[in-house]
Amino acid sequence: MSLVNKEEPLTLDTFVRGVWRENPVFVTLLGMCPTLAVTNSATNAISMGLATTFVLICSNVLVSMLRKVIPKEVRIAAYIVLIASFVTVVDYAIQAISLEVYEALGAFIQLIVVNCIILGRAEAYASRQTVVNTAVNSIGTGIGFTLALLCLGVVREVLGAGTLFSVRILPDQFQPWVLMLLPAGGFFVLAGWLLLIDFMNVRKERRALEQQGATVHGQ
Amino acid sequence: MANESLGFIFLNALLINNFVLAMFLGICPFLGVSAKKDTALNMGIATTFVMFVSSMCAFGLNWLLVKLGIEFLRLISYIVVIASAVQLVEMIIKKYSPALFRALGIYLPLITTNCAVLGIAVFQTAKNYDLAQSAVYSVGAGAGFTLALMLMAGLREKLALADVPSVARGAGMTLMLAGLLSLAFMGFAGLGGGGD
Repeated sequence: MSLVNKEEPLTLDTFVRGVWRENPVFVTLLGMCPTLAVTNSATNAISMGLATTFVLICSNVLVSMLRKVIPKEVRIAAYIVLIASFVTVVDYAIQAISLEVYEALGAFIQLIVVNCIILGRAEAYASRQTVVNTAVNSIGTGIGFTLALLCLGVVREVLGAGTLFSVRILPDQFQPWVLMLLPAGGFFVLAGWLLLIDFMNVRKERRALEQQGATVHGQ
Repeated sequence: MANESLGFIFLNALLINNFVLAMFLGICPFLGVSAKKDTALNMGIATTFVMFVSSMCAFGLNWLLVKLGIEFLRLISYIVVIASAVQLVEMIIKKYSPALFRALGIYLPLITTNCAVLGIAVFQTAKNYDLAQSAVYSVGAGAGFTLALMLMAGLREKLALADVPSVARGAGMTLMLAGLLSLAFMGFAGLGGGGD
């Protein structure tokens, strides 16, 4: 694989930025539907995260391999068909591995096809970069997505049912907030996380400004 | 499953299991295009149309796939049908209303990746709906999507004038509103004897 110009060199950042700085859920707000729909328990969240990561890596590596072959005009359609093939694989694989998980996730496994993260990565990254870079970046993004799902799933399961990975962790006296398991709870928990992140960003900016001011005034 | 009356299917898709607020389908356009009421309405109508067309095509396709015994190609063929339907709508809008075409911008081609559209095709197959039921289901879901979009746009237009803390100006606030709306829609759950 020859490294041609415009392609970025493989650095640690290729991997890390998908996890943190460009986290698909918390920063770029992509892939919201599965994020909200299947995070009513930590187990579901992880299964969904892993399934999506698998599709993300496979389809993007393939897109990257075929990037010089696919005509520009029909690229989106070509990407979608590639993604749909891998989702079909995952769909049948999960059905074979665990029927329980398959029933819990329901139609949302098939809906991985329309997860904007995957198409977004294919269009913005895999169609221009080498196979290795794409693989590394996809793994990073996948981990970022899984982590974000886990953040939501853990909060919702602990508050909504008093359990974590189906193990009871809160005392029996705890009255579960059933609301957290319902659709509204998903919106509230995600809103809470976003507000928290915004709050931290604002505080960091303010502190940076203050420090700048302090050096200017020589204090 | 498939003996539900048409009226129930419509109400179910419109209110009880509203695609956006109860089933989390189509959240991206819901957050992205809900800043102004006009755009929201147009987006809703365009999406409803795509839903109807692709639902009808998906019904025919499914019949064909089952007949040939190649159901594993279902997902791939559905998504291709949807992409073509979107292309069709895009051409129609571009021809008859260039202003609307510009207003919808990137969100128009993105209807392809609107999970609500694929969701309808997948759910109607899972529920074994016949042709009339599928048609009503897709129109009901489209109307529900438009309703949710309009409600949200109305709220956000009001919110633009309100004095909210700087931290909460972003997506967090929008999601909080969506949560409240979703809470309100839970009240409809009793309508059909506890949903489906």
